[in-house]
Amino acid sequence: MLALHFAPLLAKYGPQLINLLAAGLLLLSFAMLTQRRILSLINLFAMQGFVLFLSTALVAWLTWQPHLFVSAALTLALKVIALPWILHRLIRRLNVKWDVETLLNIPSTMLVGIVLVILAFNLALPISNLAGTVTRATLGIALASVLLSFLMMITRSKAVPQVIGFLAMENGLFFAATGAVYGMPMVIEFGVALDVLVGALILGIFLFEIRERFDTVDTRHLERLKEER
Amino acid sequence: MISASGLAAQFTELVLAMLLAPLLTGWVNQCRAWLQSRSAPPILQPYYVLAKLFRKDVVLAHNASPLFRVAPYLILGVIALAAAVVPTLGTDLPMNAAADAIALVGLLAMARLFIALAAMDVGTAFGSLGARREMLVGFLAEPALLMVLFTASLISNSTSLATIVETLAHKELVIYPSMAFAGVAFTMVSLAENARIPVDNPATHLELTMIHEAMLLEYSGRHLALMEWAASLKLFVYSGIGLALFFPWGVAGGGDALGIVLALPVLILKLAIGGVLLALIEMLSAKMRIFRAPEFLGIAFLLGVLSMLLHVLLER
Amino acid sequence: MGAPVSLEMLCLLGSPLLGGAVLALFGHRRYAAELNVAFSAFTLLAAASLVVRIVADGPLTDWNEQFFVDSLNVFLVALTAFVATTTALFSRPYMRIERDHGRVTDAGMRLYHCMYQLFTFAMLLVLTTNNLGVMWVAMEAATFTTVMLVALYRTHASLEAAWKYFILCGVGIAQALMGTILVYFAAEKALGAGAGTLLWTHLDAVKDQLEPTVLSIAFVFLLIGYGTKVGLVPLHNWLPDAHAEGPTPVSAVLSGLLLNVALYALVRCKVITDGALERPFASALLMGFGLASVAVAALFLSRQRDIKRMFAYSSIEHMGLITFAFGMGGPVASFAGLLHMTMHSLTKSAIFFAVGHASQKAGTQVMDEIRGLIRVNPTVGWGLMLGTVAILGMPPFGVFASEFLILTTAIAQHPWATPILLLSLGIAFASIFGKVQPMVFGETTARRLPHPPALIPVFTHLALVLVLGLYMPRYLADWYRMAAKLIG
Repeated sequence: MLALHFAPLLAKYGPQLINLLAAGLLLLSFAMLTQRRILSLINLFAMQGFVLFLSTALVAWLTWQPHLFVSAALTLALKVIALPWILHRLIRRLNVKWDVETLLNIPSTMLVGIVLVILAFNLALPISNLAGTVTRATLGIALASVLLSFLMMITRSKAVPQVIGFLAMENGLFFAATGAVYGMPMVIEFGVALDVLVGALILGIFLFEIRERFDTVDTRHLERLKEER
Repeated sequence: MISASGLAAQFTELVLAMLLAPLLTGWVNQCRAWLQSRSAPPILQPYYVLAKLFRKDVVLAHNASPLFRVAPYLILGVIALAAAVVPTLGTDLPMNAAADAIALVGLLAMARLFIALAAMDVGTAFGSLGARREMLVGFLAEPALLMVLFTASLISNSTSLATIVETLAHKELVIYPSMAFAGVAFTMVSLAENARIPVDNPATHLELTMIHEAMLLEYSGRHLALMEWAASLKLFVYSGIGLALFFPWGVAGGGDALGIVLALPVLILKLAIGGVLLALIEMLSAKMRIFRAPEFLGIAFLLGVLSMLLHVLLER
Repeated sequence: MGAPVSLEMLCLLGSPLLGGAVLALFGHRRYAAELNVAFSAFTLLAAASLVVRIVADGPLTDWNEQFFVDSLNVFLVALTAFVATTTALFSRPYMRIERDHGRVTDAGMRLYHCMYQLFTFAMLLVLTTNNLGVMWVAMEAATFTTVMLVALYRTHASLEAAWKYFILCGVGIAQALMGTILVYFAAEKALGAGAGTLLWTHLDAVKDQLEPTVLSIAFVFLLIGYGTKVGLVPLHNWLPDAHAEGPTPVSAVLSGLLLNVALYALVRCKVITDGALERPFASALLMGFGLASVAVAALFLSRQRDIKRMFAYSSIEHMGLITFAFGMGGPVASFAGLLHMTMHSLTKSAIFFAVGHASQKAGTQVMDEIRGLIRVNPTVGWGLMLGTVAILGMPPFGVFASEFLILTTAIAQHPWATPILLLSLGIAFASIFGKVQPMVFGETTARRLPHPPALIPVFTHLALVLVLGLYMPRYLADWYRMAAKLIG
């Protein structure tokens, strides 16, 4: 009953909602860029996963592609539940809750972020024009999100935010896939999801080892293998 | 074309702004008190304060220049002019031909300039302190405000506030992500410019934490009354801009008197809700340290730029 | 479901997968190393039979078009299986000694053997799959396995190297995923949506119908992504550390196999891009990056003090040379590139075997501290000397032939690049030879050690390289020529 009422409304406002969710994704990427507390970083990452789940489910409903529903469910299970849980356990055991300094101060980071966003939008424009999907405008946002996660990885000195940046990058790529081509073939999606999970686990193992050897997870201590040896 | 009803609307708006501004401030204070579970001063308290101050004598420093004496009148006049530009009741205002959003920002900047100059005029330490901090906040808040106004202008293809209001009010309901971002940016900018928590505490007594209050320390008597009135009017103006950009429904288009009369209760309702929200934000945030203010405003600027970029990308 | 898998493919991919599972459980036992060799040898047998089948019947499309083997990747499959087997042979005594020295634990040995087999599986999957998406997934899996292998010793330096490797390659691979998505996007227009759209054979058939703009952007992403794994400058930072800090067998397979496989993936994408674009965009990019790699690697080579790092930079240089050759294109250059891939793989792994033994005996990887190998252990000394001479491109070794072909093609078609190439090769020659010579022939007071090194792999590889340099059998030359034609 409720669905019947909502259906035409959703169909009319669907594309706008997707744009809104895409804007939310971009905002979350910026928020992650400027966030200092690692705990809130993980929560932002989980929120990003949730926004991704909503947008995939919406696209699936609007264009009636059943495999996208499966994809959305996979996103929910992996990025909203499994990965944040693993990350929470990790930081609790590693006892890192704060990232005190970033390599660049926050206003400068934001300015560089804006430049990257403009770059990404420009790059995506010719591709967007060629796309035939309902979500083509969001390709620029997806690319911007990838570049912002990359920036986050570069400007952080602790290992855990770097890991989260890595995972956020994959979020952006997934969003690009949903936006440009209604999702990749299922076997690829599963493979990518598996890779992400395995990657996160391996990174987790590494962080423990690093913590044991170095007594810190500050990656600036990991710079002894330089050229002038 | 200046129509009679337009003139009437303009006059009504101006008088209403001057009269209602202290009421808005009183309402915000009352909401704050309610939220903090303490008993509030009466809602008309600001009026009583103004009346009391007008009756008192002015005490001036020896080295106060003519600028110091003229400044309060000048500042109130400029902000009143800004209030005349913002369409709160109707959009058919004669001032629209002369002033658009950019001029509005310019007027507010002029007010800020004179406040700062007058504060530095007497040469006290706290005056200069307040003036410097105010200029820092203004320096960062102004571009952010401009970005927000540009976003709205891009959507309605004009920088005139009246046109913006008309376009946005009469479009069918569209979800604009860019306006969502612009809304957040605008809220942050108004908090900064109106000396509200989290940027500045309007009820503080500690001079070293003041931004806006520090500039008022030297005023007394009717000068102080005018400055307080100007501050309330500034809050009113910012609320008016916010309502015009993000909630423009209910503003009378064209010059029918009935529309204007009907717009008044709508305006009061919207301002009341806005006051509650402002008090809520103030209660839920803590005042941040001065050196974090650039970060805060940087985020506002960022959101403003993002909203413009999003509009270009998603809504063309 | 479609046609069943052919027996050769099943054995080829099933053997390392099974080996990984078995060795995960039994990898710490005394006979684990022999098991490792056995599984690798079985994979080699499967590869050999696959080669025979391709040579006889032509390209093979298997299991509902999910696998595609033609003359280009079958020789790489054979090479991979061969080097994997010889490295397994080498690793048998080497890891035993490492374990006796206490550098690896029991759990570490299990991890090592299991990951070794899984790494072979991942590489073979990249080589034989027809699906660009599966290729990406397998490449990422290969990264994971090698990361675990590099970090085996759990020292400060190895953890740092593995972390750097993971982050850099992870970021790179993410770009490659973006590129793959863009290729899918372009292909959807020509082929429609669905799992068949990412199949390389289908893409090859419609490559002239694909959007040029999208393909050029996609290729840039793919170049950044897979190019990081090939070790192209400026994305090469992970390579020297990973080679220096991992166990020697891992350095051998990294240099000898993984770089080749990543370059293969890049070449497959280049073929599609060339078909879609009219102008030589992809070729220009490959040439540029290849040249930069050769030059930068040669310059860094001279400053190295650790022997494995030095040879790691040498790998970067040679991969740059091969990339440059593929960038030039044409029958001769592609032929030379393929030949160089083989020669480099065999020679570099041989060098790493010798280096491994040398550093294991000396207890250090710093070149200044290793002296007089010829006196301490003649076989190791000679192995290292001959390997160095071979990789530096001296005739009659095979590397000379391929480098000569590349240089002559460059002189003919792109004379501006030749001085850079010659200079870089010269600098590399001087540096490496200057460092290795005192290591082998220098004065030392150390006694001759009784350890019998497993040097059969070293000399097998070098012998192959020598033989192929002197005389290339007719069928081998034809095979390379056919593969070169596929690259265009």
